[in-house]
Amino acid sequence: MKVMSGRRRLWRKSVNAMMLGLAGVFSILVVTPLLWILGFVVREGSPALSLTFFTELPTPVGVPGGGIANALVGSILTVGLGVLIAAPIGVLAGVYAAMHPDTPLGVALRFGTDVISGVPSIVMGIFAYTLIVLPQRHFSAVSGGIVLSFIMVPILIRTTEEMVRLVPNSLRDGALALGAAEWKTSFSVILPAALNGLVTGAMLAIARAAGEAAPMLFTAFGNPFMNLDLREPIATLPHMIFVYASSPYEDWHGKAWATALVLITLVLLLNVTARLLVWWRTRHLGNLG
Amino acid sequence: MLAAAAVLALVLAIALQLWNNSALSRAAFGWAFLVSSKWDPALTETFGALPYILGTLITATIALVGAVPLGLGAAIFVAELAPDWLGRPLGFLAVLLAAVPSVVYGLWGLFAFIPTFVRPTSLLLEKSLGFLPLFRGPVYGPSRLAAGLLLAIMVLPTITAVSRDVLRAIPRSQREAALALGSTRWEMIWGVLLPYGMSGFLGAIILGLGRALGETIAVTMVIGNNLDLSASLLHPGYTMASIIANEFTEATFDLYVHALIEIGLILFVITLLINLAARVLIWRVGRRALAGGRA
Repeated sequence: MKVMSGRRRLWRKSVNAMMLGLAGVFSILVVTPLLWILGFVVREGSPALSLTFFTELPTPVGVPGGGIANALVGSILTVGLGVLIAAPIGVLAGVYAAMHPDTPLGVALRFGTDVISGVPSIVMGIFAYTLIVLPQRHFSAVSGGIVLSFIMVPILIRTTEEMVRLVPNSLRDGALALGAAEWKTSFSVILPAALNGLVTGAMLAIARAAGEAAPMLFTAFGNPFMNLDLREPIATLPHMIFVYASSPYEDWHGKAWATALVLITLVLLLNVTARLLVWWRTRHLGNLG
Repeated sequence: MLAAAAVLALVLAIALQLWNNSALSRAAFGWAFLVSSKWDPALTETFGALPYILGTLITATIALVGAVPLGLGAAIFVAELAPDWLGRPLGFLAVLLAAVPSVVYGLWGLFAFIPTFVRPTSLLLEKSLGFLPLFRGPVYGPSRLAAGLLLAIMVLPTITAVSRDVLRAIPRSQREAALALGSTRWEMIWGVLLPYGMSGFLGAIILGLGRALGETIAVTMVIGNNLDLSASLLHPGYTMASIIANEFTEATFDLYVHALIEIGLILFVITLLINLAARVLIWRVGRRALAGGRA
């Protein structure tokens, strides 16, 4: 009996050690790809990177030099347009969701936000295609910006909602008790928080939208030349990576890596900054309460 | 209020547009579209979505088989075992992993992951298990297996992050009770925490599944885009998202376009249902944790 329980104990202890160790190994495995990807992108991308890479237009295969100026401009234009459209809707809806979480419209809004953020970006692309490209009969930068705004809206709503939620209820009740109308309360107490949500939300949304290639396939479509006309097709960074990578030319593969290095630096910087802001804001308000 | 209504209108507009713009294909093929594997835009102009639906299901299954144990294990480590100085940075890295654009995943998958990992693994599988239809050769490189494994990596951060939050929502008293009864930490995790948060973990998995089903660019880059009707995971194939990405701009006549949009509609409906299920499950565990905390 004693021997049995000793063995059983040993068995339980070793199972414990093994499974906990396995969990540790798994968590290392989860983050390995990030380091692998970053390492590869830096190694393969940096040789082709130079100042002219940012200022020149793409060159045909085999012609040395050439850059991504058109795609940089295109990404800035489409993403910028997307933010302009998405920001007001996202912030207002986010404030609404935070202030009225239990009304039918509030619940429906939360549900709608979840649905939209779950729609695959390629489906968003088709939607924008049927909505804008098809009636106009040609691809355009505008349609690219609009599809990006659809993708950004749920992100903006969520971050705004979270930021507004952080405002202590006492502050809001205080304003109302002092006789401020509801809109006035929103304006002076909620808005600063909402703006904070807007800034972090916009960063996350831009980071996400700047990396979207799938919906650009049949909206912005791509363009090997510099284009500033929003009614015309336009190149974007992720789409350019896709085109370069799917080509059979070594030369273009190198450019795909260099473009990826630019894109991933931008996206990760935006993400890190946004998280730091959220962290700082949470701590700050924590001290206040 | 208006903005809130606009968000809801957007959901309806997506459904409506996809429905209207697939009318030709729905009228021509009816429900048979879902079970036919004929895709012939050139001669007979008949379309069926079965190979793509299957391709999506196969790659997503591979992704979940790979990602679920890894993601849950990592979440357990980050939430329950690791000290703060280790758990925080790991969680942060997982967040960054989720932020990497999918086209960069595709690029890395095509030129790094496939040659150094997927191809050797595929050759090994073909050699040892090649008698099974699942692992029949020849091995090319881009394949359903490559897409599935890449998807596993892509959904890992989602599953890890949501499961970690679920674990954190479980009240402390549950852990203390289990430990006080003399269980080891693993027995506490396996016997108490996992069953307690089960619906939450299911929600995390389903959320990951939603991402795997809809992922487009990365899959298009590594799956090989080939209408292959064999069962082999080592062969190139197609998914619903990748056929749309690949052929949409080449679709030369209306019925062709409508058939592709109908695939988009199917994808929309599937991801809609899946996200719904995930939200309900996560919401349930949150409510239960709250009730338990009060008791």
